[in-house]
Amino acid sequence: MVEFREDLSVVLGGAAGQGIQTVEEILTRTLKFSGYNVYANKEYMSRVRGGINTTEIRVSSKRVRAFVKKIDILIPFKRGVLPWVKDRISESTVVIGEKENVEEEFLEKVHFIEVPLTKMALDVGSQLYLNTVAAGIVVGIFRGEFSAVEEYLKERFGSKGENVVQKNIEAAKKGYELGLKLLEEGAVKVEVQRDEKVGDEILLSGAEAVALGALAGGMNFLSFYPMSPSTGVAVFAAQHAEDFGIVVEQVEDEISAINMALGAWYAGARAMVTTSGGGFALMTEALSLAGMAENPIVIHLAQRPGPATGLPTRTMQGDLNLVLHAGHGDFPRIILAPGNIEEAFYLSTEAFNLADRYQVPVIILTDQYLVDTYYNLPEFELDKVKVEKHIVEAKPGYRRYELTEDGISPRAIPGYGEDVVVANGNEHDEWGDITEDEELTVRMQEKRAIRKLETIRKNAPLPRLLGGEDAKYIIVAWGSTLHIVEEAIEKLGRDDVALLHFSWLYPLNLEAKKFFEGKTIIAVELNVTGQFAELLRKELGVEVHHRVLKYDGRPFSVEEVLDALKVVVE
Amino acid sequence: MNPNVEKVDKSRFEPKRPGSQDIAWCPGCGNFGIRNILTTALAELGLNPNEVAIISGIGQAAKMPHYIKVNGYHTLHGRAIPIATGVKVANPELTVIAEGGDGDMYAEGGNHLLHAIRRNPDITVLIHDNQIYGLTKGQASPTTMKGMKTPTQPWGVFEEPFNVIALAIALDASFVARTFMGYFRESVEIIKKAIEHKGLAIVDIFHPCVSFNKVNTYAWYREHTYWMDDHDPYDREAAFKRAIETDPLPLGVFYINEKPTFEELVPAYKRDKTPLWKREPKVEEIRKILDIKRRL
Repeated sequence: MVEFREDLSVVLGGAAGQGIQTVEEILTRTLKFSGYNVYANKEYMSRVRGGINTTEIRVSSKRVRAFVKKIDILIPFKRGVLPWVKDRISESTVVIGEKENVEEEFLEKVHFIEVPLTKMALDVGSQLYLNTVAAGIVVGIFRGEFSAVEEYLKERFGSKGENVVQKNIEAAKKGYELGLKLLEEGAVKVEVQRDEKVGDEILLSGAEAVALGALAGGMNFLSFYPMSPSTGVAVFAAQHAEDFGIVVEQVEDEISAINMALGAWYAGARAMVTTSGGGFALMTEALSLAGMAENPIVIHLAQRPGPATGLPTRTMQGDLNLVLHAGHGDFPRIILAPGNIEEAFYLSTEAFNLADRYQVPVIILTDQYLVDTYYNLPEFELDKVKVEKHIVEAKPGYRRYELTEDGISPRAIPGYGEDVVVANGNEHDEWGDITEDEELTVRMQEKRAIRKLETIRKNAPLPRLLGGEDAKYIIVAWGSTLHIVEEAIEKLGRDDVALLHFSWLYPLNLEAKKFFEGKTIIAVELNVTGQFAELLRKELGVEVHHRVLKYDGRPFSVEEVLDALKVVVE
Repeated sequence: MNPNVEKVDKSRFEPKRPGSQDIAWCPGCGNFGIRNILTTALAELGLNPNEVAIISGIGQAAKMPHYIKVNGYHTLHGRAIPIATGVKVANPELTVIAEGGDGDMYAEGGNHLLHAIRRNPDITVLIHDNQIYGLTKGQASPTTMKGMKTPTQPWGVFEEPFNVIALAIALDASFVARTFMGYFRESVEIIKKAIEHKGLAIVDIFHPCVSFNKVNTYAWYREHTYWMDDHDPYDREAAFKRAIETDPLPLGVFYINEKPTFEELVPAYKRDKTPLWKREPKVEEIRKILDIKRRL
């Protein structure tokens, strides 16, 4: 018998098109509803059918928010899944499924519990119900609320008719009863505490959080060209476009996407584009226009490995240098990288205020790992969200590029006020007309690239220190690795190790230097060169002593970070 | 459009900004004529400068926002149309004009033009078509005629010139016209019709480049064009037949296809006509979604 306590990792593996996502949804939603903390993340191949995709679902007594390598329970829906995840299987891994989906060589290495999924599905009426049967088994093993499964299936399949709903409920029930039986028979023992409060929390993905955050920040225009892994944000926005009264337009290319959004901002809308590295590359010409014309823009870039097409459905923190340096000429920008789903929401909201206030491109840098991650979390504090608008009326004599002390010119929009607003991508005078004047060119360059940048830098928030200020070791992480590194440090269990997490990446407030003085600094990054470590050197003159880097297109696991940290600090 | 403003006085479109005084166009350039036509059309339509936005790309034609007093955005080569689309959908109350040359709209911006025809925003696209690249000193453009020798096509252009009129009709565009700026009154009327037309209006405007195009001169355009006096612009087949005529080239409104605009079809304006810039985020909708995310 295998016993699991407190924290389990359930992995489902199968071909694209086999319906793993449905199982993932049934499990995360109904287990959360039953009072378990849940976390889910998927990895998938760039294909419509076939191949092998897996989903990890962690079920825990405490909050769980990080990817782990270990697999406690594995459900393979096809042959090939076990070899695909062989490095994650241990002697305590329990495999639940059909014998034909488990390669001979693994039968002795794992605890195999044979269940006749196909037969059970056929008993209900069709092989199509196999996923629902499997989901039922897992819910059963956790003694989850079956009523929640029913509820979910009604919602999920309601549009397909009463018969489909009933058949699915029947299939889930069969699975559920089998799950309970496995517990009773002692084939597997699971002890995870429930918490009623969890049942009342929200369950959200990173992509949904970005979209909702943007909507809370007043986004009323979204243009995009579909590109994994950024499309989820557009899908969510499009599906709610009518309720929110927003424009969501799929355009001919990324060039059009960003230019259309620039036009929308010029006319007073709050616009965003959502893309990935390759799409952003096409946007860089317009990024420079935004810089020169001081046209606000919010860009969501969900990173995937590059260059070029790279690994289109996998993850990496490889586009920091791209967003940092993209564009020709000098102009400021703001780069944000949410560390988790909460930050994905709040920073996406704030991005619009920042773009409006400073009239610069604001880039929200997420990645495939974050946008495809789900977990339960307390509801957002919507009352705290403030939409700060910085639009002025064009009064007679209005000058779009008025020279000011802090480098910020009051921004008027066409049609509001008596006068006109002239914006320009050429070097310009205060009114927005073309100039080639030497002195004016110097002043305008300094206004944008020096004075405005310094205004932003001065107001930039500091990174978050998790751990003691007197810790000897400072682990530096940015963006989506937050909770993975946090859990690794927790497991490391040493007081002299602290985490310094950056979700505001650029420009860095110079006061951030104070966190590094006299410390041994270890940067953890999901790219091959340590792009953020280089940025720290450039911006703050901070030298990173050790770099823990991963670049195989997969997220860090808690175990990997833990092992790497042990090598450095022990 | 404001009924109270003086209809004929176009002086209100005269910019008095310091930077708008030194006009970069060559003496005799057709762009002066187009500016005169445009301000006359705007005045006769009873528009005010703050109700109009001209979004231009790059090139001599694209300098128009500096020489006329309306809202303006002088942007990037080829990108005027997507930017103008964004402006219009953010504030449908504005009269939005995208303006640029033949290189700007047909070469760099070609893809955007095609998709704007599909999208059909209620904007007017004015193409200053002088069949040459002027600002970069005389290279062939997509509408340069076959055989013309240029510094970068010393062997003579052998590519087929772009027939935007036929292309736009083929894509079932909403409004397609061509004029020659040498005909002042006719051009004013065409541009007024284009601006008043609900939907994407494309006006290809012939104008000579006195510095770099020695073939397509004022005289050449007069000799090689004619007005379509007996044409029904609602007849697509007839419009297409006219569109493929090459010499003389027909002038006038080729095709009108009344259909819903982009701004009318986007869900944003289905229930509410308020321009986007006046709207506040719908926090109650977010609460609804979070509520669903809480339940299951």
